[in-house]
Amino acid sequence: MATKKFMYVNRKAPYGTIYAWESLEVILIGAAFEQDVALAFIDDGVYQIAKGQDTTDLGIKNFSPTYSALGDYDINKIYVEKESLDARGLTVDDLMPLKWEDEDEDWAEKDSIKVVSADEMKALLDESDVLLNF
Amino acid sequence: MAILHTVNKSPFERNSLDACLRLAAKGSSVLMIEDGVYGAMKGTEKSAAVDSAKGDISFYVLGPDLKARGISEDKLIDGIKVVDYSGFVSLTVDNDKVQAWL
Repeated sequence: MATKKFMYVNRKAPYGTIYAWESLEVILIGAAFEQDVALAFIDDGVYQIAKGQDTTDLGIKNFSPTYSALGDYDINKIYVEKESLDARGLTVDDLMPLKWEDEDEDWAEKDSIKVVSADEMKALLDESDVLLNF
Repeated sequence: MAILHTVNKSPFERNSLDACLRLAAKGSSVLMIEDGVYGAMKGTEKSAAVDSAKGDISFYVLGPDLKARGISEDKLIDGIKVVDYSGFVSLTVDNDKVQAWL
């Protein structure tokens, strides 16, 4: 089976609706199929990977630590739109430091998150084979 | 690769249309469906953004959703094409993939 480029497009904040959690579930299931997977965080989707989430008092699962495990599933292309961060007064320092280990470079730890402009995001969507929207 | 973008939220309630217009590449198509059809109307605070994107993007709106909401075609921004359900299917087939701005 030929490898396809999958792009998961995330545009919703994490706890108000089920979209973010569902997206993460599908990403993890999809990871088992050895496709070329990338994630896009746009608009309120950037809040999904914000640092310091603590749902203890809500009595629901805090699924944000799961994003840190994505590197172990070879998911290391995480694109965040700069315009969406700017609009919310956020920078990459407000996001969780998502990392992956590069097997080809003696397991050197590298950043998975890449902040891209709207124009770069436009091109990334364009060159994907499959878009999954959440 | 050609993308069909669908927008199904009112532009006055959500930013789906704004996001679509910001991230749709030249040559792509945008189809407004469900409450997204309000974005096809002229004389709104969103009309200018759609109007200025018309050169790069082809706009379509789903007829049955217009009709349900009492929006006649003379209220639409010039150049937006009205399609029926089979037109929706054709757009899906004619493009490589669909980006749904939920």
